[in-house]
Amino acid sequence: MKDSRIILEGKKFKLTIERLCHELIENHADFEDTCLIGVQPRGVLFAEHIHQELSRITETKSILYGKLDVTFYRDDFRRREKPLVANSTEIDFLVDGRKVILVDDVLYTGRTIRAALDALQHYGRPLKVELLSLVDRRFNRHLPIQSDYIGITVDAVDEAYVEVRWADKKNGKHKIFIYDSNFDKS
Amino acid sequence: MQLSTKHLLGIKYITRDDINLILDTAVQFKEVINRPIKKVPSLRDVTVANLFFENSTRTRISFELAEKRLSADTVNFSASSSSVKKGETLLDTVNNILSMKVDMVVMRHPAPGAHVFLARHIDANIINAGDGTHEHPTQALLDAYSMREAVGDLEGKNVAIFGDILHSRVALSNIFCLRKLGANVKVCGPPTLIPRHIGSLGIGVSHNLKETLEWCDIANVLRIQLERQDIKYIPSLREYAQYFGINKKVLDGLKKDIVIMHPGPINRGVELTSDVADSRQSIILQQVENGVAVRMAVLYLLAEQRKT
Repeated sequence: MKDSRIILEGKKFKLTIERLCHELIENHADFEDTCLIGVQPRGVLFAEHIHQELSRITETKSILYGKLDVTFYRDDFRRREKPLVANSTEIDFLVDGRKVILVDDVLYTGRTIRAALDALQHYGRPLKVELLSLVDRRFNRHLPIQSDYIGITVDAVDEAYVEVRWADKKNGKHKIFIYDSNFDKS
Repeated sequence: MQLSTKHLLGIKYITRDDINLILDTAVQFKEVINRPIKKVPSLRDVTVANLFFENSTRTRISFELAEKRLSADTVNFSASSSSVKKGETLLDTVNNILSMKVDMVVMRHPAPGAHVFLARHIDANIINAGDGTHEHPTQALLDAYSMREAVGDLEGKNVAIFGDILHSRVALSNIFCLRKLGANVKVCGPPTLIPRHIGSLGIGVSHNLKETLEWCDIANVLRIQLERQDIKYIPSLREYAQYFGINKKVLDGLKKDIVIMHPGPINRGVELTSDVADSRQSIILQQVENGVAVRMAVLYLLAEQRKT
């Protein structure tokens, strides 16, 4: 196991999710003309948690929620060593005239979000687009893109890797790890 | 995941994993072509030449739409209006086009193996859009995609291919593709239109329409290729229709509902009657829609092999 440390887990993790939800409620009240869109693949897992928690707090079941895959919009197509496999896009509503909250787990270079903004245009003209990220890796941006809602801010060198691990049958708790430069992402 | 090959010369030359990767990617492209804006920017820096040395409507339009929906630049070429008529060789023609900085070539050619020959000599990625009576890989892929959509995983499913197997590149590509995906395949038609040793590909052969229809889950019905009948393989179309034509009465007599496919163009009243071609069981028009998605997947995955 390469050098890694946990930067968020347990009660603090739960509180962070709750805080983010309350921040969203502050700006979007009953989510009548707002939708959540998770960026595939990992942003979707985060978006599902946010959607669940928001539905619980606001006691509404009708918050619009979709999944967006940005593989075909990426600017590193034919430049990556390991090609990405496309995931499904499931948006069964028009974003035209709505406020869209893009949800991704880690904001790093900003290139994924650039692609997501491009992809989103193909579903109509949103009234406004905001960005919610669980981890914001400061000082690593390649593009002028910033989050509107941030779970935790991390200062890490370019070579490091941040991973959000959601609880499942194998791992009992949500955790965020940071790995040192030798980490193999695959 | 990436393809194991740089070209799509035929289904014979690709692996089961390649086929599955193409079909899975096509699922995402099918979603793309059903959006209000049916376009993605992936291939905006790629130029594709469509070289058709043989007539085609459906395949050419399908490829062209796939290219345009991936934002590629395209040039079209058809043999009837080109220097080929003046005696230029295939390699010269293609090299001249490639000098204009073309990255990928989609080609249909009457000579079997023309693509394999070309692949040895040029750098561009080549996609076979039909070579004589040999292979038509994208048709087989879109057929497999449509079958998967209709009946799920093809492992262990029974697929019958009816009609003119002898002259059909669709049949051969379908056989390779279906065998690689684990389906059981049987061909059915008059003995004169079935190649002698085709059973050695690991498939069944039958000359009995009713029996084969009872056996299969999916019937892929091929066209009688009138333009390739230089000698008489069948006494008459009327007789063919009587023995091998599928009509509503035959279908209704079966114990289960089977899926009807046809790569087009249909000779209505010969291999299929109109009420069968337009029935609920027919997925002929879905095949055409899926064709664009599958060709987008092929172009996208092959373009990926051209690293910049």
